[in-house]
Amino acid sequence: MRTTFVSLFAALLLVAACETSPDEAASTAGAGASTESTGEAGVASAAVTPGAGMVTPGVTPESRAGGPAVAALTPETATLSREPSAAGRAVAAIPKGSQEDFVLNVGDTIYFDYDKSILTPESQRTLEQQAVWLKQFPGAAVTIQGHADERGTREYNLALGDRRATAVKNFLTALGVDDTSIEILSYGKERPAALGHNEAAWAQNRRGVTIIN
Amino acid sequence: MTNYRRYLVPLRPTFLALLLVAAVGAPAVAELKIDITRGKVEPMPIAVTWFVGKGAEARLGIKLANVISADLERSGLFRPLNPKAFIQKPEAMQVRPRFGDWRQINAEALVNGTVERLRDGRLKVTFRLWDVFAEAQMTGFIYRAPPGKWRRVAHKISDEIYKRVTGETGYFDTRIVYIAEGGPAKQRVKRLAMMDQDGANHRFLTDGRDLVLTPRFSPTAQEITYLAYYQGKPRVYILNLDTKQQEVVGNFPNMTFSPRFSPDGNAIIMSLATEGNTDIYVMDLRTRKVRRLTKHPAIDTSPSFAPDGRRIAFNSDRGGSQQIYVMDAEGRKAQRVSFGRGRYATPVWSPRSDLLAFTKMQGGRFYIGVMRPDGSGERLLAEGFLVEGPTWAPNGRMLMFFRQNKGRGVDSGAIKLYSIDLTGYNEREVVTPIDASDPAWSPLIP
Repeated sequence: MRTTFVSLFAALLLVAACETSPDEAASTAGAGASTESTGEAGVASAAVTPGAGMVTPGVTPESRAGGPAVAALTPETATLSREPSAAGRAVAAIPKGSQEDFVLNVGDTIYFDYDKSILTPESQRTLEQQAVWLKQFPGAAVTIQGHADERGTREYNLALGDRRATAVKNFLTALGVDDTSIEILSYGKERPAALGHNEAAWAQNRRGVTIIN
Repeated sequence: MTNYRRYLVPLRPTFLALLLVAAVGAPAVAELKIDITRGKVEPMPIAVTWFVGKGAEARLGIKLANVISADLERSGLFRPLNPKAFIQKPEAMQVRPRFGDWRQINAEALVNGTVERLRDGRLKVTFRLWDVFAEAQMTGFIYRAPPGKWRRVAHKISDEIYKRVTGETGYFDTRIVYIAEGGPAKQRVKRLAMMDQDGANHRFLTDGRDLVLTPRFSPTAQEITYLAYYQGKPRVYILNLDTKQQEVVGNFPNMTFSPRFSPDGNAIIMSLATEGNTDIYVMDLRTRKVRRLTKHPAIDTSPSFAPDGRRIAFNSDRGGSQQIYVMDAEGRKAQRVSFGRGRYATPVWSPRSDLLAFTKMQGGRFYIGVMRPDGSGERLLAEGFLVEGPTWAPNGRMLMFFRQNKGRGVDSGAIKLYSIDLTGYNEREVVTPIDASDPAWSPLIP
């Protein structure tokens, strides 16, 4: 009985996910299965098969905002909805301990100055909240992504992204977050969050993003 | 492919040349020469006539001449003449050209040849290069090759012409490996792709599932080393082009990147990131032994060996900003060599050992330039909103790089490959099916 309820609830979540973003799903699928899904479209758009993997020229940039923030309505996340507190409030539908919960209540992204990996006071405040949140879910596997803007060379930016992600990790572990559950992953300038070729976009792309896996 | 060398034996037709020289009675030393050490050169007018053959080989003869003409034209050093202007027909030239006919259309050099099919199915291609004014043969070769390899025969002939006229090794029988990219900027799909130096025989080597970056050839051109985010973990891989097998280089707990082969092909030099610090390591591919070459809290990356394997150029921000350094092969005696304004990156040692190509960032612009390994003689060759990743043709005369134009608003500008002469002249787009970055020029194909 309980199992039924849980899967029903999971199904509701999926439907909700679909409904909140019909345009996204459509546009992603409309891109001719050109992109692989890294979870943003999630389970909702199963049509986006990684195997397709074809590079199609002239695919328009996605209009979706938020980047990794919308991530991961994966089956695992749905399983987390077993949390009793979330049950019965299908409308709210943000499971505690999920990336969504993290983004909404804490904030997953901090920003860096040009060519720097020093944590600004603002970043430190965000990371302090991240630490508090993460310590509530000691089992959660966490990946910290480090990113750079497009104004550096590719390899240097990979190193810079690694340096930034490590700065975030070190700060979190100093605040008592279990360091064995934290992985770091540098994308250099490969995965911008903001489009455009100006300082406003670059400032948003010099970032560290904490992902709850 | 491995057996290919067997089929493609260039035969130096010494006896032919001797006979002709005797018949003409002219000195064997031709005066026709392009001095490519000067800046801009006036391209040499050359008549590349269609190779004479029968039936299907006649059509192939035209294609051979077209590929050779295109090679020579792209070099910026030759100006192939329009075949419509030819007075003497190639079919009538089999004994000896009527040089007066070629002088009349201002050809300084003349190429003719024949193509026939041997009984074993292979092609036999003969070519000769003539000095029109000296009325003498400059060089001549016979090639035998499987029909599918006719483009390589054409490129080898281009290489011989280039070599005979400029005095330097050619670069036409080479390939380019690069990153083909498409899709939205936030979720770019990148694939390894390879093509001949002239854009022919284009093919994708990976399916785009994993992010791949910075491919580079081994000295035999049989392997490619590159960075792949396979299973979400960025690591250095080697792809064997013959067997299509891929293997991860070493067993590292953290990100490895910016790989290049050592000049002898027995080692990979690369960066390893540990605890937020990037240093340079070298791994022997036979013993699997790893040596750490730099130990500095700064970012040390983009290493490149000198052709003799005794020095390594790399970039580091140990002095506060990203600059180029040169150290010995053991990682000792690191010395900063770039002292101009701005940031300097991605040093790549010229195959002729005399120069480093680099990427420079200054005042919101990017540049491709060259300097001597001690940092002197800096010259900027190309610029743009983003230009990056220079790679050398095997003769050290041409470079390739990629350029991204500044897009409007949220649009990303096109990303394309370009080649440019070392002198800074003759910049040309290298046409690819979709956007392209991270080019690497192969050595001459063995």
